[in-house]
Amino acid sequence: MPEVREPAPSSDKPRRAGRGGVMSSTGLYVATGVAGFFFLIPFYLLIRNALSTDAEITGENWKFFPTDIQWGNVSELFTDETVPFGQSLWNSAVVATLHTVGVLLVCSLAGYGLARIPYRHANKVFYAVLGTLMVPTAVTFVPSFVLVSSLGWVDTYRGLIIPGLFSGFTCFLFRQYFLGFPKELEEAARVDGLGYWGAYWRIVVPNSLNFFAAMATITFINGWNSFLWPLVIGQDPGSWTVQVALSNYMTNQTVVFHLIFMATAFSILPLVFVFLFLQRWLVQGIAQTGIKG
Amino acid sequence: MSTTKTRDLARPAAAKATPARPRRALRGSPTFNFWLFTGPFLIGLAIFVYAPILWSLWLSFFEARFTVTPDKFVGFENYTYMLTNDDFVGSLGTFTAFAAFIVPTTWALSLSLALLVNRLRFMRAFFRSVFFLPTACSYVAASLIWKMSIFSGVRFGMMNTVLGWFGVENIAWLADPSPPWYWFVIVTARLWLQSGFYMILFLAALQNIPGELYEAAAIDGAKPGWQTFRYITLPQLRATSTAVILLLLIAAYQAFDEFYNLLSKTTWGRPPLVELYYKALGESQDYGSGSAGAVILTVLICAVTLLQGKFMGFGRGEESK
Repeated sequence: MPEVREPAPSSDKPRRAGRGGVMSSTGLYVATGVAGFFFLIPFYLLIRNALSTDAEITGENWKFFPTDIQWGNVSELFTDETVPFGQSLWNSAVVATLHTVGVLLVCSLAGYGLARIPYRHANKVFYAVLGTLMVPTAVTFVPSFVLVSSLGWVDTYRGLIIPGLFSGFTCFLFRQYFLGFPKELEEAARVDGLGYWGAYWRIVVPNSLNFFAAMATITFINGWNSFLWPLVIGQDPGSWTVQVALSNYMTNQTVVFHLIFMATAFSILPLVFVFLFLQRWLVQGIAQTGIKG
Repeated sequence: MSTTKTRDLARPAAAKATPARPRRALRGSPTFNFWLFTGPFLIGLAIFVYAPILWSLWLSFFEARFTVTPDKFVGFENYTYMLTNDDFVGSLGTFTAFAAFIVPTTWALSLSLALLVNRLRFMRAFFRSVFFLPTACSYVAASLIWKMSIFSGVRFGMMNTVLGWFGVENIAWLADPSPPWYWFVIVTARLWLQSGFYMILFLAALQNIPGELYEAAAIDGAKPGWQTFRYITLPQLRATSTAVILLLLIAAYQAFDEFYNLLSKTTWGRPPLVELYYKALGESQDYGSGSAGAVILTVLICAVTLLQGKFMGFGRGEESK
């Protein structure tokens, strides 16, 4: 084998082979560009419609570019009394934020306990957690609703947030991560007299901020975008999250087009910010966690 | 994660911990600490995951309309009712058709996008973001854009306008089950939303393939392109592909948001979760049948997941690491 490798051609050729090159560079960019165009169109349409008049959206002659940009639509959305959009935006912000904080706290602690603390029955506990992964959360919405409504938590933040905190999947991901965390760091801390609790907060967490940030980003996105559970729990319009509110506008015939699109644009905005500023962690976190999933 | 940073952190921490020495016995006990760490999670898991599942199982054997504490035991009646109910059985068919279509198409699209982006020399980060950005959208938002702008069944919809340029008549995308154009709407919405996410997984896996493999293949005379893809790239992506297909299957089973929002006023094209939603929380508030349906669906999902795991060898990749 080594002899065969010797006369390897100059570094450029195998490199190109490694990239799989059937396509010329131009063809590659054309294909990527066309795909990119189709991926961006829905965003464009959303913004275009949000800044148009209803006449322009539903006009006889549909046009790709609007003739007149209606910036006034923004203030109209937040002053329109018939569309309680500000409230739903606030509900979503509260729910998604508390959901993220709670999930990270509860699941990371449990993941660490399962990964690192020697206990006779730890394996059995771990299997009990793994077992919940087999039951998709969406399927349990009927029994969960029954439980939450008997607790009197319908239409409350508690009902929206607390049942979603105990994610077997997130706990599992944290456990996998902590298994790979360098043990020597904690051992040094233990020698210096720290207990598990102290070592966790002073050594493990500060050195895992990258992973926590990645998980926080993913959890926040899921919390913000979740629909089925808020739909089930939010029966009163005052407790609707953004997603439930949008869904209701969509099926309600009287709501005006440009306001619906403006509302949708605002519902996406926080996550676009998350994407712009935290993309590094997000991509890294998904790449790390998804494969093990 | 630099070691120097941690050493700095460890020292002041150790100093602070000394005064608490007397209570060390309890604090140092692994059993106590195990429950301290996992306790809150396990209690929540018991109350909000295990209890509802068991309650649901119990409810499924009772006639429970408008009540969650029923007293009329009906045995397997709810189950036979659900399994002979055309709507529910039909929804399982809807799901199967949906999964059979969406899983391979998303797999192929996200892999293609990853292969494209991976080969780019300029603007790689830009295009990665473009394909990934739809992940920021919720299914509700996407449904809204799809239903009211792109696939609006009237003349002002974008798709109908574009088709009109080629002399195609208006298509009622969502309002007519035959021909079932609504599938096109639903599938494109989901492809747009989730392909970017799985593209990231494939990108990560592609970058982990050692370059020497391709070099060796080139020396052995493999032509770049299809041959290296078929004999190197694809086998090297096996573990990721398996994980992706499993995640896609689970995601397909959970399909609710876009079906509910795109087909809100229709009786066709309902997947199981939408069917259960109307059954349990609709006008009849039939928790008994709804619970039976949830149990049937759960058993089905477990079976498919296990089968797929066996078939594709899920977890094999983990062991070999």
